Amino acid sequence: MKKLLQWCLVVLVVSGLPNLVYAQGAGPDEMVKSVTNDVLGIVRSDEAIKAGDTVKVIALVDQKVLPHFDFNHMTALAVGRDWRSATPEQQKRLVEAFRTLLVRTYSNSLTQYRDQTIDFKPLRADPADVVVKVQTSVRQSGAQPIAIDYSLEKTDQGWKVFDVVVSGVSLVTNYRGSFGDEIRVGGIDGLIKSLDTKNKSLAAK
Amino acid sequence: MIEAFVPFVRDARCLIVAAAAMLVAGCATTSPEDPFEGYNRAMFKVNEKIDDAVLKPLAQGYAKVTPRPVRNSVSNAFANVAEPWVGLNNLLQGKPADSISDVMRFLVNSTFGIAGLFDVATEAGLPKHDEDFGQTLAVWGVGDGPYVVLPFFGARTLRDAVVLPLDATLDDAWRLTPRIATRNALSVVQITNERAAALGLERTLEEGTLDKYRFVRDFYLQQRRYKVHDGNPPALEDDFYDGGDDAHSRLSQ
Repeated sequence: MKKLLQWCLVVLVVSGLPNLVYAQGAGPDEMVKSVTNDVLGIVRSDEAIKAGDTVKVIALVDQKVLPHFDFNHMTALAVGRDWRSATPEQQKRLVEAFRTLLVRTYSNSLTQYRDQTIDFKPLRADPADVVVKVQTSVRQSGAQPIAIDYSLEKTDQGWKVFDVVVSGVSLVTNYRGSFGDEIRVGGIDGLIKSLDTKNKSLAAK
Repeated sequence: MIEAFVPFVRDARCLIVAAAAMLVAGCATTSPEDPFEGYNRAMFKVNEKIDDAVLKPLAQGYAKVTPRPVRNSVSNAFANVAEPWVGLNNLLQGKPADSISDVMRFLVNSTFGIAGLFDVATEAGLPKHDEDFGQTLAVWGVGDGPYVVLPFFGARTLRDAVVLPLDATLDDAWRLTPRIATRNALSVVQITNERAAALGLERTLEEGTLDKYRFVRDFYLQQRRYKVHDGNPPALEDDFYDGGDDAHSRLSQ
């Protein structure tokens, strides 16, 4: 149960991560920091969000966080090697479905955020690097700090997050197992269908 | 972990059924780290039922009547009692500096932190470590063994499951008290408090995954590995980039 608990916390905090109203050209670490502080600041002071207002929190994530994520890259990572056997159309639908699932889930966990302290570690990267890892650590009293690392890639549109690793576990590749199961049973279309069904059942709530 | 459930865990019939289920499930398996998947999935469901019926409602009620700082202090106090055991494990793993830091934490929090209610040691620059005897055995070279879902306790590697009685007792040394009433009361508080801290998690799991069981298992095993290596596990090859024949053989499974 302790592990689950930590995972929960993690998920909460992760969602608070990158919001980005950030100018291009900013370093990846500054970007993560400013987005995180910005979003958590809003969550802290917004009573509706703290009370679990799903619509409001999704709007916040949509506006501040999502622009900094590369969902194409994330979905490819989550699907793994089967990604390359998917048609462009299938890939597009996978990205859409996975994005909807992640946004909804993690927006909800953001409403659980309370006043944990986040430390940003100095960036260890070469200026020429196109893929970097920004390391943060969530401090909580009476428990080991939780490491949350963001992998970012330099794109034409600036730095984009493509993976979030919590206590050594990638929240993206952790989907690979169950996605693989779905693909073995029903192919890529089977996976798309399962994701769509899941999203629809959530939207109906 | 909770004495209230000991009769359930100790029920010999229960264990025999579980063992039989493990054997049967062992025949039809796909995943090397989870040979008992059939049994594990069944037990996962049982644990969820226990949670729905008992733990979650209890934790929700508790969370309603206790302010967050109180719940934090309860966590702190239980974590503090575990500190000597954490320190001993760090020593057994050949990390004397961490071990001394754990002992310091115990001394600082037990005194300045008022019997561990406040985690002043973290503020003073002595971070909490997360160690147990399962991790010590792993450092000594004992492998994970198969993944198992235990009644009530949930996800474990077989190695950690075997030493669980030792870990659970020494992590919470108050269990050694001969006063059964005290022990039971403390157990209930501890479990309720822990569960209260994780309220909301079940919703995230329910909504965010296609297969809860699989997600929890993969998450647990990866995180366990990360902890055994104190946050620096050796890199695994990323199979995203190596397709070819291997991909076909995997698809045809």
